[in-house]
Amino acid sequence: MKFGIYPGCSLTGSARDYNESVFALAEAFELEFTQIPDWNCCGATAAHNLNKELSLALPARILALAEKNGLDEIIVPCAACYSRLVVTQHELKKDPELKNRISEVIEMDYKGTSRILNVIEWIDKYIIPQLDAKIVNQFRYKVACYYGCLLVRPNKVLNYDRAEDPQTMDIVMTKLGATPIDYPYKTECCGAGFSISRTDIVSKLSGKIIEDAEHRGADAIIVACPMCHSNLDMRRPDINKYWKTEYNIPVIFVTQAIGQ
Amino acid sequence: MARIGVFVCHCGENISATVDCGKVADTIGKLKHVAYSTEYKYMCSDPGQTLIKDAIREHKLTGVVVSACSPRMHEPTFRKACAEGGLNPFLCEMANLREHCSWVHEKNELTTEKAIDIIRTQVEKVKLNSALQPIRVPVTKTSMVIGGGIAGIQAALDIANCGHKVVMVERSPSIGGHMSQLSETFPTLDCSQCILTPRMVEVAQHPNITLYTYAEVESVEGFIGNFKVKIRKKAKSLDEKACTGCGLCTTKCPQKKIPNEFEQGMGMRPAIYVPFPQAVPNRPVIDKEHCTYYIKGKCKVCEIVCPTKAIRFDQPDEILDLEIGAIVVSTGFDIKHADFFPEYGYGKYKDVIDGLQFERLASASGPTAGAILRPSDGQVPKNIVFIACAGSRDPAKGIAYCSKICCMYTAKHAMLYKHKVHEGNAHVFYMDIRSGGKNYDEFVRRAIEEDYVNYIRGRVSTVYERDGKLIVKGVDTLLGAQPVEIVADMVVLATAGVANPGAEELAQKLHVSYDSHKFFAEAHPKLKPVETNTAGIFLAGACQNPKDIPDSVSQASGAAVKVAALFSQNGLTREPLVAFVNRTAPPMYSTCVGCFLCQSVCPYQAIEREDFKTRDGKIIKTVAKINEGLCQGCGTCVALCRSKSIDLYGYSNNQVYAEVVALLNEF
Amino acid sequence: MSHSEHHTERNSLAGSIESKVDVKAQKCYQCGKCSAGCPVADDMDLPPSVVMRLLQTEQPDNDDRILRSHSIWLCVTCEMCLSRCPMEIDIPSMMDYLRQRSRSEKKVNKKARNIIAFHKSFLNSIRFTGRLYELGLILDYKRQSLNLTQDISLAPKMISRGKLHLFPTMIKGTAHIARIFKKTSN
Repeated sequence: MKFGIYPGCSLTGSARDYNESVFALAEAFELEFTQIPDWNCCGATAAHNLNKELSLALPARILALAEKNGLDEIIVPCAACYSRLVVTQHELKKDPELKNRISEVIEMDYKGTSRILNVIEWIDKYIIPQLDAKIVNQFRYKVACYYGCLLVRPNKVLNYDRAEDPQTMDIVMTKLGATPIDYPYKTECCGAGFSISRTDIVSKLSGKIIEDAEHRGADAIIVACPMCHSNLDMRRPDINKYWKTEYNIPVIFVTQAIGQ
Repeated sequence: MARIGVFVCHCGENISATVDCGKVADTIGKLKHVAYSTEYKYMCSDPGQTLIKDAIREHKLTGVVVSACSPRMHEPTFRKACAEGGLNPFLCEMANLREHCSWVHEKNELTTEKAIDIIRTQVEKVKLNSALQPIRVPVTKTSMVIGGGIAGIQAALDIANCGHKVVMVERSPSIGGHMSQLSETFPTLDCSQCILTPRMVEVAQHPNITLYTYAEVESVEGFIGNFKVKIRKKAKSLDEKACTGCGLCTTKCPQKKIPNEFEQGMGMRPAIYVPFPQAVPNRPVIDKEHCTYYIKGKCKVCEIVCPTKAIRFDQPDEILDLEIGAIVVSTGFDIKHADFFPEYGYGKYKDVIDGLQFERLASASGPTAGAILRPSDGQVPKNIVFIACAGSRDPAKGIAYCSKICCMYTAKHAMLYKHKVHEGNAHVFYMDIRSGGKNYDEFVRRAIEEDYVNYIRGRVSTVYERDGKLIVKGVDTLLGAQPVEIVADMVVLATAGVANPGAEELAQKLHVSYDSHKFFAEAHPKLKPVETNTAGIFLAGACQNPKDIPDSVSQASGAAVKVAALFSQNGLTREPLVAFVNRTAPPMYSTCVGCFLCQSVCPYQAIEREDFKTRDGKIIKTVAKINEGLCQGCGTCVALCRSKSIDLYGYSNNQVYAEVVALLNEF
Repeated sequence: MSHSEHHTERNSLAGSIESKVDVKAQKCYQCGKCSAGCPVADDMDLPPSVVMRLLQTEQPDNDDRILRSHSIWLCVTCEMCLSRCPMEIDIPSMMDYLRQRSRSEKKVNKKARNIIAFHKSFLNSIRFTGRLYELGLILDYKRQSLNLTQDISLAPKMISRGKLHLFPTMIKGTAHIARIFKKTSN
């Protein structure tokens, strides 16, 4: 089985560990990836904050490249990229005029036919069915499954899991032997793209997410988004400074948890 | 030779502001066969009607066209005037100059021309009208009330007290409805059971009322005054005559862990049970789904302990055939439960409850004997949050309407809580307080001013559990959306009132309309709030939309009057504007070929089969026959008849052609 | 005659939001659920429900307050407001529009300087390389925001873990990306 993969910029940089675990998993389960050739950045928060058209054109180029290379199904491990790609697909489907305009901007044909999978959908569809045969160590920990914003919202566009108290990651983690806790911060925002420009806000929001997971006795926070990971993990010193705490609960990508 | 009179009404200024009525009357007056044409400011007034009556006599009119408003508005008025003037009322037609012309166009020449055209069609039509006689139908003076809540009880008692027979059909084992579950009632705080149970007993004992509980309507056929109803009396597995209601069986039943519907799941009941101690009738039923004997084939403890040997395991359901003249639908409503609210925990938190559950907690006969204790651990909640508009006025959740009763019962709940837990804090999150009604707003003010209930204007974003407490996150919109976070012990959702499960199915059985929320639809939102658009079927209570007890009771009395008015006549007259199948001389009898395509399309099941037989009973021909009692004159059969054998009185094909031709021809 | 024919051309901010992003401010009935769920509401000068109310007034002064607010830049597009809004008002799309209007009318709140500087650095980075060059982004942001010492301690650790590349990766279609930027810059 061969898929397209859109790693996105973070996975080649600050979220290298996420990237490696995705590829390791694919190898272990004999799933072959083809990177979308010459992919570009999706534009992330910056593009849709400053320039709507650009925020649609950048993802449209990626999707057009996938189409051109016959990649019908693309896995997008980064939740932020996943959101941008799905939202673009939705917006262009809704408005044929806009679709033509964007097609003109990117100088490419764009049909919008790609199936876009987030990492949990991918795991659920291709990894879980053969999990029992491959599993070496059960992941016997109490975990807080943290979905963040972009995996479940806007719910009517993404059409994936339920917006409140989503379950898909919990189910995957249960199958790995983990015990997910009842966790109300599952979809609360970590501060997202303010990591550098408003570290104080990230520290405040991410601090609440970590505090609740620790308070409920979780051994680890499981994430599926490089941005959430970097805010909850790399920003930990800032968080601890902001809240005057010493939180040390690890933050693990869902793919790393399977690889354990 | 036709002699038509045309009467052009100004409708005050409704018509004359845009239509030149003088010119219309003059022009029409010159048409062939128009013997008389005039105009008047209010044709429906007494002088206007006199004008018509006098003209009929004076000009020997053979037909009348009143050019005024919609026939829905005043056709009966003018037909009656014509009859008084000595003309068959069905020789009167209306040209709708108001809704079809003056209201929808600007003032100019074209508008006046259109008015003339509209009248011309009716002049041509009325020339072909024939004198018709109203249809007489008999009335069965027994009514059926479906649903035994407070609305049904009130309607049944009122009808019965007028001296008419009532059959009450109730789906559950006891009458009483939601009102029997309530603690105290706003705005007077009198005990719900105390005012309700005497009426329940009155229903059971009234000589004119026959009560069928644990029964459902199976099918309804027929028409006003003449319904044929089948009722399924579900087997109670009990000989009701032998049973004394001692209740021994219910205490001995080994199945004890069935969630109690009456307690809204907050208590348990056995498989053989009486829903609540004051139930009417006070006789148990066996819940076959949970009874060990019905599931596993052995147990029969109830049969063994019953002192009067009243248990009947092999009792079948019984189907009753009833002749009914009028029906009151009072099937009530249901509420959404906590599991409908993702942001409030999908119902997974035990201490997030709905309003009816709070009623049971506050009720002296409830699972806590009236003490406010939270379901999870039986502790007294020190901090309680009430969330109004939970699901109501929430188009995202599919419920755009206001449920109307929640503002009042939330104020009551907060008040009852404060009366019972003096040291506790009650918070109410609300969007607007809708407390229109006699002494209603005063009641809410009392909660705020005298009982110090903390009202916060804002909708709660989320509720979650932490360390056994419920964290409630909202804002105070009156303070510029200042965040409010309350650590609560219990949360009560004033959940939306919705249609009862099965409402849609019942509406279809009754052939009455219902809205997109499955509430039964009234015939007119203002002037016919009690009637449905099926004659002889009336509405009472919350099956129409959520309403409180006083509203339900008022409407029930209104419905009862409608039934009594119907029963005050010995027979009914119906407009004869119905379809008919033509008749020809034998051996043909009719041009109908008996294909019965009409039967399959008739929305009112009004088409029957008629056999023509020889003297020795041999069938020569079978043709369609219209049941005039059922036919509504919609004309579907006329349009579909392949041999053109069906036509409609008052709207014959020829009359409609004449109208069309009048429009096509220059004049 | 339909009701809409009675309306004159609306020059208000609410009017343009309705025509440009199909969000109708009048739908808001001020329940405050958006503000209650908004993770950054307590840092905002105008919480989302207050922005909605200001829009409804269609007063130039109030429109101005919105465009000059800090709030529109503090919105993190987490979409919680839309997800819980009983009237399904797409506040996140509206916020995107308000930010762009605020910039084009040169009404950007001073406190939002860093946030915008970061967004601009981010786009600059991909404009020239096609992908995000994280080190370049940080350096450019430091230049724009003058936050020279922030996160200095993080960099060496990240570089040693291979998480921060010293040099950018250039995609083949850099010229293509540059054209896309050009065509979409109004």
